[in-house]
Parts: sequence; structure tokens; C-alpha cells
Amino acid sequence: MSSPATVETTFREAFREALRDALQRDPLAFVMGEDVGRYGGCFGVTHGLLEEFGPERVRDTPLSEAGFVGAGIGAALGGMHPIVEIMTVNFSLLALDQIMNNAATLLHMSGGQLNVPIVIRMTTGAGRQLAAQHSHSLEGLYAHIPGLRVLTPGTLEDARGMLWTALQDPDPVLIFEHGALYPARGELAHDAGPVGIDEAAVRRPGEDVTLCAYGGGLPKALSAAALLEADGISAEVLDLRTLRPLDDAAILGSVARTHRMVVVDEGWRSVGVAAEVCTRVMEGAFYELDAPVARVCGAEVPVPYAAHLEQAALPQPQDIAAAARRLVGSRG
Amino acid sequence: MTTTPSADPSSLEREEAHALLKGMLRVRRFEERCIELYSAARIRGFMHVYIGEEAVAVGAMQSLRPDDAVVSTYREHGHALVRGVPAASILAEMYGKAEGCSRGHGGSMHLFDLAARFYGGNAIVAGGIPIAVGLALADKLQGRDRVSACFFGEGAVAEGAFHESLNLAALWRLPVVFFCENNLYAMGTALTRSESQTDLTAKAASYAVPTWAADGMDVLACRAAAGQAVAATRAGAGPAFVEFRTYRFRAHSMYDPELYRPKAEVQRWKQRDPVETFAAALQDLGLLDRAEHDALERDVAAEIDDAVAFAERGTLEPVEALTDHVYRRRVR
Ligand SMILES: Cc1ncc(C[n+]2csc(CCOP(=O)(O)OP(=O)(O)O)c2C)c(N)n1
Repeated sequence: MSSPATVETTFREAFREALRDALQRDPLAFVMGEDVGRYGGCFGVTHGLLEEFGPERVRDTPLSEAGFVGAGIGAALGGMHPIVEIMTVNFSLLALDQIMNNAATLLHMSGGQLNVPIVIRMTTGAGRQLAAQHSHSLEGLYAHIPGLRVLTPGTLEDARGMLWTALQDPDPVLIFEHGALYPARGELAHDAGPVGIDEAAVRRPGEDVTLCAYGGGLPKALSAAALLEADGISAEVLDLRTLRPLDDAAILGSVARTHRMVVVDEGWRSVGVAAEVCTRVMEGAFYELDAPVARVCGAEVPVPYAAHLEQAALPQPQDIAAAARRLVGSRG
Repeated sequence: MTTTPSADPSSLEREEAHALLKGMLRVRRFEERCIELYSAARIRGFMHVYIGEEAVAVGAMQSLRPDDAVVSTYREHGHALVRGVPAASILAEMYGKAEGCSRGHGGSMHLFDLAARFYGGNAIVAGGIPIAVGLALADKLQGRDRVSACFFGEGAVAEGAFHESLNLAALWRLPVVFFCENNLYAMGTALTRSESQTDLTAKAASYAVPTWAADGMDVLACRAAAGQAVAATRAGAGPAFVEFRTYRFRAHSMYDPELYRPKAEVQRWKQRDPVETFAAALQDLGLLDRAEHDALERDVAAEIDDAVAFAERGTLEPVEALTDHVYRRRVR
């Protein structure tokens, strides 16, 4: 039910509103990518923008990820504020060279002379039976790279608000939109606008255990918290929001409150985001812990097509809740 | 220089004519059934059908031997069927069953069958093209007279991998045949909006690769052009490029609202339906009568019914098998 102050919307629409807002406010901003215009956007996010802003500012590109991402970097160097869409994170690997070897490094290599104010948006994540080449969660790979900022909106507020803040950033910013969230509905304030991109956020306070998640994992962590509540376990849900740079203070602060942590990451467990969060807890809050940090991650396989296998490969609320119960059960 | 061989149906033998027609009917009817099964949610994920382009797969593969290799894209049901991958194992794959050609791990976009030397099933646009070059390199290095053929859409021509592959193949005189299926659209992007030079054979020729162009709606024209190209390559002339000018009658995928092309254009191309025009030509020549046509349709329908029954009775891969086939050698 919408109250007068809020409107019911979806992630898809919230991302689109953010793009519309950016194109209206910033004459240097333009959107570019495969089928963002005439087709209406591969996942419908850019639908209608071509009609509203014209082909100069909503620019269809050929299938040339390395070319148009690199051109976006050049346009940013030339004073524009490009918003580049890559259909999915798997395809972004064709542009990885440009992102890592140019966008992320030019400032440093040039001794501070060249900065790259580009925003690159892409879909990430599994859950739609699209098999391995369309389903991976590679945001952790990008979070590995110094020089990039990596955003993972998991709420409607962030879907609506992160883009504008990203555009104000003088550095390259990558925004990972979880494909399974696009149709998710919820209430968003009428006057929702830009949000900060520096801090993690507690989405639900709790006392016994922290469920640390981001992006598409956030709704699952919230569901897990509801399951745990039924068992009398009070779980805090921490939304990382930004994977690079990580908000250490928020992570360590939450551990100091709850003394237990489960890290949820749809990406692979080995050498991934969850591994990094665990390590930071070991380094910074070891003596706060009442139990070892647990990880609930994507299975270490290329994501399979068959529904039952795909679901088994992904973190589920029950898995998260089970991990949390084990930690709380090991209470001294 | 581009060669466009003409094709005269009057020299056809009856049996050979029926085989070509049946080949196209198998692909057409199979995919019509797939669309029904998709609507009934028996098939999930992204599914791309080949309806309208059947003459290309059937014509192009006539001159390939069973020991040659075929590399395809995500629009590959037709390629797989014509290549000899059993309809039942293709359909079981699309059902996500363990009896599928990729054990349910790949789905519609990732059909593989080593026995048929069918190497996918690649959903990264242009991703398969370098693989065909490598298969050809392996043949050349091992002194085999095999040919590797790769199919890809005109959209792939904008990717770097296409250009790098043609250059490598020509430089090393590798036995690889590039089959470009120019259906004029890459999702919603028309060829004229994605290529500065829309003459694709001219582009290929710039790599010193001999080129052929064929009417992709005419199975005999496709067979003739591919036949010359494959023969030249097998004889040691190095790579060849064939452009098939064709059209997809259906939307890009089951999700595509198809807002980017006029209905009248689709109708115009449908008048050149490769299956119907070929059947009509054979009737005019007295090479096909009503009863024979009906018998072909009945055979095809029976094969597809069997495939559906096979897929329906198929079993699910046990969840314990989720992490199988990540490494060939068991790695923990
Ligand atoms: C590297 C990469 N970029 C984008 C996509 C998304 N995508 C899938 S199919 C397609 C259109 C390809 O068109 P074309 O090569 O002409 O083949 P067709 O679909 O017409 O057979 C696109 C853009 C992809 N799969 N891979």
C-alpha cells in the first residue's frame, strides 16, 4: 500500500528514474551501450529514454564491449560524464582490459594528471536459469582492483540514489545491478534522491549475530533474519553497499555489537568478497568474536542451467539461517 | 573476390531433394514445439529460435564430414540438429535433465556433443570464433585434413574476436570456414546501425580471405556457396568466409517485444520462407508429391514426439553432482 509520501515501484524503474534524473540534470551525462535505445534496454532499464533524450544522449553501440567501454573512458578524459551499460557482467570481461588497464590505472600512471569520471553499470548474478555465461557474480573480481569504486545496490533507495552520487565521483565507478532484483517491488519515497556511497548500512538491527550481505544477497539475508527471529535469535543485517572501498568501521562495529558474523556472497567462496570480509574481521575484531566467522557463498561451479542445480548453487535464506544457528549454538 | 554461385533445382535427384527438405522441416517443427514447451514452462532461461534461417544450417553443413568440427552460438538448436545431435538429447537438455547433451548444465544456449564434434553452444557473441580457429590449428599441426566450421551472426562482426580470428586464420592458413548468418539484426540493432561497412564479405576479404555470398533463404544456394568454400579450405587454400543473407522470422529471444523492426518487413521476408518455397519448387519440378510431403512431415512429427517423451521421462541430475565436471581431475 502506497502512503502519500511513497510510491510503489520496482528496481528496474528505480534504476531508470536515476538515469532519467542524471540525463536531465547533467548536460555532460550520456548513456551508451548495446541496445540501450531502440530495443529499450536488454532488461528494460533504459526503456523510453531514447524517445525522451534522443540518440546523441542515449547511444546504441555495436557489439564491441572493449571498444565502447574504452571510448567511454576516452570521453570521460575529454570532459564528458559517460554512463556505460554492459548487458551482463560476463560480457564485461571483453572490456576488462579497458576497465583494469585504463580506467583503474590512468590516474596513478599519470602521476595524478588524468582521472576517469566514468560510470559503468551492468547486470550481475544468477537465479534465472540463464546458465554459466549469463549468471556469474564477478563484482568481487572488480572489487580486487585498486582505482575502481564498486557499488552493489540492494535496496530501492540505493537503486534510485547511487547513480547520481557515482556521477559526482571523479573516479571510475562500477554499479552492479542484480538481475533477479529488477522486478522486485517495494515502496520508495516520492522525493527519493541521491544517497551516499561511502558507508555500509544496518538494514535491520539485532543482537545475536550479524548477517553481512550485499546486492541480491540482501533480501535473502533479511528473509534469513525473519526465520531466525521465529527461533528467538536476533540477527542484525548489514548491507555492505560498496565492495570497494569496504566500510571497515561498519563491519567491525557490527561484530562488536553481535560478536558473530555470517557473510553472504553469491560469488564464489575462494578468494572472494566473503573471504575479504572475514579477513578484515580477523584483523580488526578477532577478540570480539564468540565464534568463527561463517561464509555462505555460491557453490564453486560455473552456474548450472537446471533449476534445482542452480538453486543448490546459490546461497538461500535457509542456508544463511542454518549458518547463523550454528554460530549462536556454539555460544560459550 | 566474392563468389555467388547460382543453384538450379532442376538438376536435383529426388532423394537428395527430400533429404534437404526434411532437414529444414526437422529444424522448423522442432523449434515450433520448443516455443510451445517454453510457453508451458517446460523450457526456461533464454531461448533463441532459428525459424526462417533453416536453409543456412541445412545447406551449409552438406559438405561437412562427420569428423569436421562445428562451433555455434546461442541460437544453435538448428545447427545441432542438422549436425546430428539427437533431437531427444537436445530437448532433454532444454528441460534441464541429466539425459540432455550437456547433462542439464547448459540449457538451450549451451548444447555440446563431442560425438557429433559439435562444440557449442556459445552465448558470448563471437566467443566461439577463435575456438574454431584453434580447432583448425590443432588439425593442421596434426596433419589431419579436417575442417572446422563456425557459425555466428552479423552482430559478431563488430567484435574484436572476429577480426583477430580472421587475421590469425589467414596468417596461418588454417582450415577454418567462417559461416556468417546475416539476419540483419543483432537483438534490436540493425546492421546499418552497427557497421560502418555493411558489406561483410568486403570486410572479410580485407584479411586476404576468399569470400562467398549466398541467398540464405535458398537451401541450394547455401549448399553451393558453402560447398565451394569448404572444398577450397579442405584442399589447403586456408580459411574461407561465407555470408548467408537470411532473416529471423521470430523475435530475438522469447523475451523480446520486437519494437525495432516493422511488421511489414517481417511479412515481406516470410514470403521467402525457405521451407515453403523449396517445397513448392520441388512440387513444380515434379520432385515431390502430396503424399511424399505428408510422409516427411509425419516422420518429423514422430521424431519430435519421441524427443518430447524422452525429455519428459528424463531424470534430474542429483544435487550431489553439482560440483562434478568443474575439473577433469578431482580437485578439492
Ligand atoms: C559479448 C556479448 N555481448 C552481448 C551479448 C548479448 N547478446 C546476445 S545475442 C545478441 C545479438 C547478436 O546478434 P547476431 O550476432 O547478429 O546474431 P543473431 O542473434 O542475429 O543470430 C546480443 C547483443 C552477448 N551474448 N555477448
